[in-house]
Amino acid sequence: MTLIDPVWTSLLYLAAAVCFILALKGLNSPRTARRGNLVGAFGAALAVATVFMSVKMDNVPWILGAMVVGSGVAAPVARQVKMTQMPQLVALFNGVGGGAAALVALLELAHTEDPWVRVAIVFTLLVGAVSFAGSAITFSKLQELMTTRPVVFAGLPTLMGAVLLAAVGAAVAVVFSGSLALALLLLVLGLAAGVLLVLPVGGADVPIVISLLNAFTGLAVAASGLVLGNVLLVVAGTLVGASGTILTRAMAAAMGRSVAGILFGAFKGGSTAGSTAVSDRPVRSSSAEDVAVLLGYAQRVIIVPGYGLAVAQGQHTAAELALALEARGIDVDFAIHPVAGRMPGHMNVLLAEANVPYESLKEMGEINSEFRTADVALVVGANDVVNPAAKTSAGSPIYGMPILEVADARQVVFLKRSMRPGFAGIENELMYEPQTTLLFGDAKESLTKVLSAVKAL
Amino acid sequence: MDGIALLTVTVLAVFVGFEVVSKVSSTLHTPLMSGANAIHGIILVGAIIVAGQASDPWVLTVALLAVVLATANLVGGFVVTDRMLEMFRGRKREVTAAKKPEAKEGMR
Repeated sequence: MTLIDPVWTSLLYLAAAVCFILALKGLNSPRTARRGNLVGAFGAALAVATVFMSVKMDNVPWILGAMVVGSGVAAPVARQVKMTQMPQLVALFNGVGGGAAALVALLELAHTEDPWVRVAIVFTLLVGAVSFAGSAITFSKLQELMTTRPVVFAGLPTLMGAVLLAAVGAAVAVVFSGSLALALLLLVLGLAAGVLLVLPVGGADVPIVISLLNAFTGLAVAASGLVLGNVLLVVAGTLVGASGTILTRAMAAAMGRSVAGILFGAFKGGSTAGSTAVSDRPVRSSSAEDVAVLLGYAQRVIIVPGYGLAVAQGQHTAAELALALEARGIDVDFAIHPVAGRMPGHMNVLLAEANVPYESLKEMGEINSEFRTADVALVVGANDVVNPAAKTSAGSPIYGMPILEVADARQVVFLKRSMRPGFAGIENELMYEPQTTLLFGDAKESLTKVLSAVKAL
Repeated sequence: MDGIALLTVTVLAVFVGFEVVSKVSSTLHTPLMSGANAIHGIILVGAIIVAGQASDPWVLTVALLAVVLATANLVGGFVVTDRMLEMFRGRKREVTAAKKPEAKEGMR
């Protein structure tokens, strides 16, 4: 039985679609973002209520039970997850969404004879399966259930090519035959392609993979909307596809590399052109007390947090240090490179959790001209994103990557574990400059020492 | 809805999507991703439709699995995005929120 007229169904779906657009629009500013998200959640609830009232439904108790199970599992996880683990959780949700889309498409195959609808079905199946398996591997890498290093073996490119070729063949066959067995084969090939896609990607390139898989799931959901003739799924899926695409491009630009280069770079066995010989030129290393004096008597300090800070769980200490400096009347900002952290914007979330007000979190474009006016740039657990080689040395692997211009500050302080080069495997000339001071040690421990020294000033 | 109308909506949605998302501040890129993640959980609607039409027990089982996955995606996505956005505080609220725990620490 249907409770409401089809016209009402369409109107309610339209309302839900508008809610989703408003949810994304709210993210223009941290002020409106939370309200926007609630509007989005309302839209989702409205859409789910609408579907129960508009289609002839069997198995309602079963469906409600499955929904209780799904939310019963996800809500507590979402409430308790640590902010450092956010990339894993996003990968997980992304994967299950893609998986659900693939399953829906698989079951719809029996309901259609139309070859165009079958085209949408095979697309959803393949992309949804790639997203599911790719996200599962990404999750395992981030959760360190498996190695975070790129996994490469001799026949990988050939195998990937063969799998994709077979998948295209199976997809064409499904479109013409409508065979369920071939659709299952396509599903398996999609899963294999997802695994092979993510295996060769290294830990530092994960932000780009997460963004890309997000776009994939969006496309799969949009295609499933075409399968079911459901406008809401089309609009929602397309919005997600757009956000994933934009984020993927933003991440690639922030790394100064192409998306294809990151995904397939490992296939070629990326050779680092940079000098691997660690030079023994003198650096100026210093004590926490000296660093505290530098910071404590500055007028303007810019803190550059990198992934090393998050690894050392030092974001709360960094926030406390900022607070202590501000209490001395010093102007403190955080300069955030787009690839600081393991997913786009991750560092902002980590610092927001540590109570740093969002006005202090400055994007690269905004802060770069301000280093000139800073007395001290404090670089914590970052290296490649402040390496001037990206601008000056054309042969360097990071050449072309936009960097934070810390060299413009009057003094530069690096909190570093050791002289070991960063992820890109190249030396940072900035370390040997006369204006640079190094403080060796674990990021969190160093920050704690500097913090107590500042308080003692 | 017929094919051409759906295609029209799809194309327009692409433009709306790029327009809206490209204005999102890069400070909020993580909530954007998790919010977008929550939105694609709306595949739940599709899963419910399929499950509601299922008569074969196997089909129903697979459809219910899709319902579980999609609900987890939808509910979890919105909850975690809300939790993250709650943490983004402006300077004014931050001062009162941050001063209080400090005062307590002083008393201890």
